Amino acid sequence: MKRPPANTIAVLGTKFRGRVGYRVNPVGLIGLAIIVAWTVVALTAPLIIPHSVGEIVDFDYFGPMSRTLWLGSDYLGRDMLSRILMGARYTVGISLAAVAIACTCGVVLGMTAAVTGGWVDTILSRLLDALNSIPSKLFGLVVVAAVGSSIPVLILTLSVIYIPGAYRFARALAVNVNTMDFVLVARIRGESLFYLIRAEILPNILGPVLADFGLRFVFIVLLLSGLSFLGLGVQPPYADWGALVRENIGGLPYGAPAVIVPSLAIASLTISVNLFIDNLPAKIRDKEEH
Amino acid sequence: MAPLVSIRNLRVEATTDAGRKLQIIRGVNLDVAEGEIVALIGESGSGKTTIAMTLLGHARPGCRIVGGEVRVDGADMVALGEHERAAIRGTKVAYVPQSAAAAFNPAMTIMAQVIEVTAIHKLMSADAARAKAIELFKALSLPEPETIGDRYPHQVSGGQLQRLAAAMALIGNPRVIIFDEPTTALDVTTQVEVLRAFKAVTARHGIAGVYVSHDLAVVAQIADRIVVLRHGEVQEVGTTEQILFAARHPYTRQLLAAFEPKRQDRAAEVAADRPVPLLEVRDLTAGYGPIKRDGTPAVAAVKSVSLSVERGKNLGIIGESGCGKSTLARAIAGIMPGYLGQVRFNGQEIAATAAERSREDLKQMQIVFQHADTALNPAKSVEDILGRPLTFYHGMDGRTRDKRIDQLLDMVHLPRLLRSRRPGELSGGQKQRVNFARALAADPKLIICDEITSALDTVVAAAIIELLRELQRELSLSYVFISHDLSVVEAICDEIVVMYRGERVEQLTPETLATPSHAYTQLLFASVPKLDPRWLESLPA
Repeated sequence: MKRPPANTIAVLGTKFRGRVGYRVNPVGLIGLAIIVAWTVVALTAPLIIPHSVGEIVDFDYFGPMSRTLWLGSDYLGRDMLSRILMGARYTVGISLAAVAIACTCGVVLGMTAAVTGGWVDTILSRLLDALNSIPSKLFGLVVVAAVGSSIPVLILTLSVIYIPGAYRFARALAVNVNTMDFVLVARIRGESLFYLIRAEILPNILGPVLADFGLRFVFIVLLLSGLSFLGLGVQPPYADWGALVRENIGGLPYGAPAVIVPSLAIASLTISVNLFIDNLPAKIRDKEEH
Repeated sequence: MAPLVSIRNLRVEATTDAGRKLQIIRGVNLDVAEGEIVALIGESGSGKTTIAMTLLGHARPGCRIVGGEVRVDGADMVALGEHERAAIRGTKVAYVPQSAAAAFNPAMTIMAQVIEVTAIHKLMSADAARAKAIELFKALSLPEPETIGDRYPHQVSGGQLQRLAAAMALIGNPRVIIFDEPTTALDVTTQVEVLRAFKAVTARHGIAGVYVSHDLAVVAQIADRIVVLRHGEVQEVGTTEQILFAARHPYTRQLLAAFEPKRQDRAAEVAADRPVPLLEVRDLTAGYGPIKRDGTPAVAAVKSVSLSVERGKNLGIIGESGCGKSTLARAIAGIMPGYLGQVRFNGQEIAATAAERSREDLKQMQIVFQHADTALNPAKSVEDILGRPLTFYHGMDGRTRDKRIDQLLDMVHLPRLLRSRRPGELSGGQKQRVNFARALAADPKLIICDEITSALDTVVAAAIIELLRELQRELSLSYVFISHDLSVVEAICDEIVVMYRGERVEQLTPETLATPSHAYTQLLFASVPKLDPRWLESLPA
């Protein structure tokens, strides 16, 4: 092997000079594309569905895929494609709203507890631990049974169930960052609590928090599907994807698309959210000195 | 006879996150004879640890040995498979890490970890290994050699742990040991003991050593030959005497020059009348734990210390780790409030905690921490880091703030291009400059420097000290300079307070430095390594 000349580094370096590069992972891009596609579907669903969700269009039930009914028909002979497109509204909308509320509240409370410490931390932690000790399905059942099922109630219930987890996670991360000298420097500069958590703590825990966001989104989709499966979620004739799986479970022996397609929809959304979160664009930090 | 270790044309490559390849070791040749100790010396990033690691056939994640050979007792560590390398590690070549505290498993007894090597290589029975370990403990002059192995790592001191790590390396009868900055994290007084133990034990067993360090004076005590490295290339090789007294390469001379204590030639300016001192600390007591009935804390780290700093003058505080010097700094800055006593600034008493102090008081007194790595928010750019105190204390924004940031960067001699960088992209010395510039941004009267040069190489540290002096002339600042390194304190301070076990034992001026009266001060001063290969022997045991 020949020894490369000493100026190799400099030559390679010029390629990167003066350009703020982001390294985008193709896997992450695929994830993002699927999420965007489902979001567009959720927003435009009423305009693009070929049939109304409640309309019985097929004489057969659990009909196969055909030219007129692309994804077959369900247990009542309704158009499966329309039901899945409309279901995206509920699954994507409710889950996203719930996970956004749960993570925002949890992370803000977690950082506040870590930075403030003392009795604020103790009271917040014990309160949320108590909330955490109630089984999530049971909690959902009781609330929905008591208040009745509506979309705002579902969103709030789901987010309350997932706040303690987000809180614990964010607090554990924030406690570590809080011991760093730069937080101390900001503190003795006289900075406020809000500045400390926004500027000093949050940027340093953002990566794991986003990963947690993705994971929690999946949990919420699954729990919402579970609630719908029990009949407590979205009410008929509308249905989210979990409810679609439940009501068509009888089609399993016939290999009907009506049970497989909504399962695939849930899988595609949850997996792509995680792929995207795990492969967020990273800024390339390697810039040659000059 | 072939040398025990021979490195030929070694090249190591690292891959950056943009996929760019960098050669970090560029064709290094190196020999170590049987029983010889060779020191690798150079600033951080010079590749000294990377070279030492190749003796184990190891390259850190992201790095790869791309060429050359590393023969250890005949076997080429580069060409061998991982399995064969593992058989050689611990039996022919062993490693003593920089931080023994991080290298020991806190959940296992020391003995179990020391004899683990013999079990892995099936060298001897567990009982024989234990007996041998106790022999080694004696040879390394550890206290209570019979029972120290039953303790857990947190139950022994840092210096003892470092010697125990050496025992762990020695147990497999290696032919060569790699010492990776083994005394850098220790106090000078402890360092002397550890060096002495290492020297005795390698001489007795005829073990060769590769000693990695950035401290020439330490290396002078233990090495037969010194290899000076920079940017992954050998600059100069010679016996210890040659390097110390007849260095040829300019970089070696620079290293040596950084070691000479630079006395300040400061004219006796102003201060004819003695005005109110800038900072006055009276009978300050600070510590940890619940408060006892007499109002003192359960563990008093600082006991009734008084001191004062005149305007434009510097005060040095020195002592070994655990003597309370950092706690004192924190009590003055209001991070850890003192329990008793008072802190007066500009003649006014100020509140004990930073939260109760006015913004003006906070602005006037800034503190700079030792580890610039943790003192700078890794998620923010240099611009944001320096801009925040400008906005916060002076309400600057937009164009004025930008101009001031540029001025600050100029003041600490950093290129303006660094504005948009984040701390992770700066070198250790650059980070410390940013750390210091942030304190300057507040326009303070007093800056408390807590061991700010301790984590830096000698050359870089000397440059920082030079910078501090220059800024003092321009901005009429005062420093409270805390360090365990006498030469640094001596270079910059007008008065020096020596602390020991939370108490102030002595106050010296540069004139009286040579003749300290307190026994502890004498020991402390005598323990500072000198650039003289015979210094260690000349010390009274």
